Amino acid sequence: MILQPAILALLLSSLLCIGLLLAATPYAIDLIRHWDLSSGSERQLLRERRTYLLSTLLAFVFATQLVALLLFVFNADRMASLFVGAMCAVGTLQANAFGFPALLAQILVFFLAAVWLVINHVDTHAPDYPLLRIKYVLLLCLLPFLLTAAVLQWRFFLALRADVITSCCGSLFSDAAPGVTADLAAAPPLPTMLAFYLSLALASGCALLHRQGLRAGYLVALLSAVAFAVTMAALLAFISLHVYEHPHHHCPFCILKPDYSYQGYALYVPLFVGTAAGLGVGAVQAFASVPSLQSVVPAVAGRLAGIAAAMFIAVAVVASLIVANSRLLLLDN
Amino acid sequence: MIELRQIHKTFNAGRENEFHALNGIDLHLPAERVTALRGPSGSGKTTLLSIIGCLARPTSGRVRLLERDISGLPERFLTEVRRRTFGFVFQQFNLISGLSASENVMLPAYPLGGDRHALQARAEQLLTGLRLAHRRTTRVELLSGGEQQRVAIARALINEPPVIIADEPTANLDTALAMEFMAIIEELASTGRTVLLSSHDPLLVESSLVDRVIDMRDGRIVDAAVPAGAGR
Amino acid sequence: MNAWIEKQKYLIDFTLASLARRKAKSLGLLLVYSLIVFLLASVMLFTHALRHAANEFLAGAPEIVLQRMVAGRHDLIPPGYLERIGRLRGVQEKQGRLWGYYYDPVVKANYTFMVADDRPLAPGKLVVGAGLARTRGVAPGNLISFRAYSGKLFTFSIADILPAKSELVSADLVLLSEADFRAFFDIPPGHYTDITLRVANPLEVRNIAGKLAQQFPDSRPILREEILRTYDSIFSWREGIVLALATLALLAFAILAWEKASGLSADERREIGILKAIGWETGDVLRMKFWEGALLSLSAFLLGYLAAYVHVFHFAASFLSPVLKGWAVLYPRFELSPVIDGLQVTTLFFFTVFPYAAATLVPIWRTAITDPDAVLRG
Repeated sequence: MILQPAILALLLSSLLCIGLLLAATPYAIDLIRHWDLSSGSERQLLRERRTYLLSTLLAFVFATQLVALLLFVFNADRMASLFVGAMCAVGTLQANAFGFPALLAQILVFFLAAVWLVINHVDTHAPDYPLLRIKYVLLLCLLPFLLTAAVLQWRFFLALRADVITSCCGSLFSDAAPGVTADLAAAPPLPTMLAFYLSLALASGCALLHRQGLRAGYLVALLSAVAFAVTMAALLAFISLHVYEHPHHHCPFCILKPDYSYQGYALYVPLFVGTAAGLGVGAVQAFASVPSLQSVVPAVAGRLAGIAAAMFIAVAVVASLIVANSRLLLLDN
Repeated sequence: MIELRQIHKTFNAGRENEFHALNGIDLHLPAERVTALRGPSGSGKTTLLSIIGCLARPTSGRVRLLERDISGLPERFLTEVRRRTFGFVFQQFNLISGLSASENVMLPAYPLGGDRHALQARAEQLLTGLRLAHRRTTRVELLSGGEQQRVAIARALINEPPVIIADEPTANLDTALAMEFMAIIEELASTGRTVLLSSHDPLLVESSLVDRVIDMRDGRIVDAAVPAGAGR
Repeated sequence: MNAWIEKQKYLIDFTLASLARRKAKSLGLLLVYSLIVFLLASVMLFTHALRHAANEFLAGAPEIVLQRMVAGRHDLIPPGYLERIGRLRGVQEKQGRLWGYYYDPVVKANYTFMVADDRPLAPGKLVVGAGLARTRGVAPGNLISFRAYSGKLFTFSIADILPAKSELVSADLVLLSEADFRAFFDIPPGHYTDITLRVANPLEVRNIAGKLAQQFPDSRPILREEILRTYDSIFSWREGIVLALATLALLAFAILAWEKASGLSADERREIGILKAIGWETGDVLRMKFWEGALLSLSAFLLGYLAAYVHVFHFAASFLSPVLKGWAVLYPRFELSPVIDGLQVTTLFFFTVFPYAAATLVPIWRTAITDPDAVLRG
């Protein structure tokens, strides 16, 4: 365990989020079991008011996860100097078996929370709250994911041991100390590039069609998820190389650093927003046939699909700009 | 316009201090009329007003507003109905001190997020109509009782609601101010607004302004009478 | 979208007005909040600047230092070692160094005596660190005497005082000529304290260190990057300890925020009731309160951070230095170069805004669900 401010902050926040959600669980269960909109009893009124608290709570958890995700990556990058052979965040995350799973779990929680908020948004636009029970069942389902992410994070930080000499003129240089591999396996550039543009085109095209009235919500969600995965692979395979202008530096995190003029944000922000919106389209599609949502769902899904399409196009444009402006010629050789 | 069917309202249900504020109210309020609820304190006037004005939901029973059943609406939607349909004038005026008269008037329009200039113009117009234009930047706690009452009326009108609800509006006013208030209400009624009052002030309830008086006692309607002087 | 933005603007307007109407309460909370940010930011800025200073200093240090060990203790390098290293591929420069510690009973402090290879000094002359000059009260041209471990008394004259800029690492430094050093510590010619090697390619460092360890089994190579790493974790560790203690303060702050948010005055409660009665929805009140918290947090954050910046970089962190620095009697007095770091700002944000937000969540909700008809019921 390495005691560091950012680690403390991350552990503290995940503990608090879990605490808040656990405290909310009894209320959620009560809502699921006793919700009855037709009743005007005081208990029902109280339940109705609790829904505000639970939505606020989840928005809070979502915002926290977002910042925590950033902090987690920043911190991993900074801690690289503590491990022999680690050059950046990748090295730190590979320092033990829990690094990357923790990161992935956190990204997953982020998307799940985003989807929940979308469903919540739709639900609160119909006067009969048709999704209320489903919504709170989903909230309960979110809890295990949050717990898993937190546990992975704990395990990751607990298992971290800095390769450190004990005092300025202390221990021997440890030749046998196992170094950390600093590289990620990457796919071949050309096929990945094709897959990258294809997946983005499909995702944004499908989203635009959905916006035009063609019902393809699930497909939009699926293609968004695929586009997300392929874009991550493309980041490793060729985008990052063009940012660093170095044929062997595959890191997806260093592009967030000032050394590379924060180009990563221009990619990650639209990618995450677009994927969350695309997943949201699929999530609300499931409820399109609910009578009171028949006018709400297409409106919300249309807006989300528009966002998703715009964001995916932005990702493609930014990536193309990076490749075009780079002095690295990866494909010609 | 507004129809109530078998309205019950119970407070502290299931506890020792359980209290039935309304016991099965059936009522029809026509549009563009002035109706007054009369009764001793504790008779359920205020509770009934709050249910009609979408401030609260009945424990059981149906409320129909313009042919739409609103009794099962959650608070979020009830609020929406309320701010488009009802303007409220409270007994204590209930202005927010520290804010100017015109800010107080504009408050109900904030959550609607309309255009600022249009809103300001509307507030200006209302204040001018109620002879308050010169006081618009004055903080409300520095206004006289009558001026406060008129600010409260302007606030009730800012979202241009078809229905005005006033709870004991003349209880804190002397005769002159009460007469002034009634004049304003009369003018509102003549422009086609529905007005609902609760009061036990004879000056108000027995005036020619009121089209219909509903007497209440113990959460029930005792008698729906048309006052002698009502001739509109 | 426009209506949404317009609505948020109205809500912010109202929030600002209501904060201004309750000056005493708002300012009190702002003050405590800023103070917390100030404390934490001071710790973070300070340790980060120290880390940065150490990194900058070590950036000029040799990549490898070779020390000889006898019975597990650091010993002098015997004659011939420097030559035996011979021509290792990748080594640009190798050099024997002479340095040692001296305990000065006058001020009860340890000094570092060192032969500076880049600064030839005439015998009898010294260059001393600013910290030492301050405690011993000497100026260039003065004479200073030290009794060597052999018992003999040596008198030197001060040629110069090291610039205050490097004081973090040079406060206790004494530079002298090689002849004086050997005479003072009684070290025969040919012996050295350790050997430094400069390596141009960072990827070669580990290989060379490996070869050295093979060639001289009685010696250990110390790498610059390992020293850096150690410094890094020491500073981070100290920072972590202080912050762990500071969580107690944070807890107190969170309780205060909770208390402030839930212990609404009758006045405020009435106000929320009026707002709900005239058409504000629970969500509107929540949003309004959100803006209130956001405005408060942001201003407290900016205020506290600015104050901490001034404290650390213009007043040399006068409140904190004893806790976070001090590993010797001679406290270095030095100006840190200002460094602001994204990770730190994010972490700090987490440490301050997050607890505040979490603590006020439930009380705010409780306020927001005030019955709309509460006003009517008096």
